[in-house]
Amino acid sequence: MKAVAVIGIGKTAFGAFPDRDLRSLAVEAGQKCLADAHVSASQVEAFYLGNFAGPSFVGQNHLAPYVASGIGITGVPCTRFEAACASSGSAFFHAVSSVAAGLYDLVLVGGVEKMTSQSTPRVAEILAGAGDCSGEVRVGATFPALFAMIARRHMYQYGTTREQMAAVAVKNHANGAKNPLAHMRKVITMEQALAGKPVSDPLTVYDCSLISDGAAAVMIAPLERAREFTDKPVRVLGIAQTSDHVALDLKEDITTFRAVRMAGEKAYRMAGVTAHDIEFAELHDCFTIAEIIATEDLDFIPRGQGGRYAIEGRTCLKGERPVNASGGLKAKGHPVGATGVGQICDIVTQIRGEAGELQVARHSLGLAENLGGSGATAVVTILGAA
Amino acid sequence: MSAALSKVTVYTETVVYMAPEQFTADAPYQIAIVTLADESRRTVRIAGERVHIGDAVEWVEDRNGIPFFRKST
Repeated sequence: MKAVAVIGIGKTAFGAFPDRDLRSLAVEAGQKCLADAHVSASQVEAFYLGNFAGPSFVGQNHLAPYVASGIGITGVPCTRFEAACASSGSAFFHAVSSVAAGLYDLVLVGGVEKMTSQSTPRVAEILAGAGDCSGEVRVGATFPALFAMIARRHMYQYGTTREQMAAVAVKNHANGAKNPLAHMRKVITMEQALAGKPVSDPLTVYDCSLISDGAAAVMIAPLERAREFTDKPVRVLGIAQTSDHVALDLKEDITTFRAVRMAGEKAYRMAGVTAHDIEFAELHDCFTIAEIIATEDLDFIPRGQGGRYAIEGRTCLKGERPVNASGGLKAKGHPVGATGVGQICDIVTQIRGEAGELQVARHSLGLAENLGGSGATAVVTILGAA
Repeated sequence: MSAALSKVTVYTETVVYMAPEQFTADAPYQIAIVTLADESRRTVRIAGERVHIGDAVEWVEDRNGIPFFRKST
């Protein structure tokens, strides 16, 4: 297997953009990425696109060649990956696997979602399609409802509090306020977070990530060729994609994501590092409780202590191990299909030392965790300076 | 639903305030994951009084394919 490097990144701003369509967002990210990688469209050997629900949100199918041709890429395999909120994490995993196997040298991986053209109840219904439509969804569970039930059980088993969850929102909003590409650049207080409008008890609007439009892209290549294109290649040290049941009621213990634990173990082993070595991370905070559980599942902190870990400030920008310096899905925004590749862009920016006001102190080894649905897909990636 | 649904307890629960399009008229409503006597779990709707983790519940009826449970008396 060949070592693989990220040689270029490109992102749009995340937000609500009524005058932008899905393709223009994806094309913008792709073109920015080509420019950053010093690669022309004609050199790209394959295009992998993560997208969750383009057909439902905007009525467009056959998305990979639809986007690729807009970037100027034709004639090569163009394939869409769907794994709910881990769609582009999955696209990235498969792209890295194909380059590592020697199938291609230059692969462009994109992720895009255009969500804000639909009403909130309709968005809730489309997102619920990432759950089990024959059971939980039929009864009336939304995604916030599934994570609310996870939170309720975590509170019951471990004494996790509303304040500990709110601390995640306060931290991620503080970071997002400094991120020029973030959807919500607004600092919030603990009082505001606790007094938010209820979405699904115990979660309020401040526990939930945003409904956003946006796109992201990365270019990957064999490490041995990376310096032909960039002075700052970032190496993919470890990566794993895993799976679990889709329905929450089929999981033995809903206070942990088994898929994340397995992906973390595999990625740590592949990278030859332990959780202790990870200096900073972008974790999938689709809901505040999801960040708390991710810190436990990835062994940053023992089971049941993630809430305390968050409220003690150890994961804030100046803390011992910054989590979601970008603002996370909570403040940066969560254009579902763009999120996984967006996290890779954020980690690469930190490793390059180009994160400006959001630059973390130690930035040679970072981890990204991308979660699909209520944990049926997980992708964990460990990136390091090459 | 049958006698297999005796000794059912609440594993976790939530009250949904922001509902998907097809259930906006029902909101707020409570749903729960309940543990059945054979240890399997099922996601159900709760009727009447609010329930909490550990509460015993019993089947009331199926409405439009949705199983409704309520706190045991």
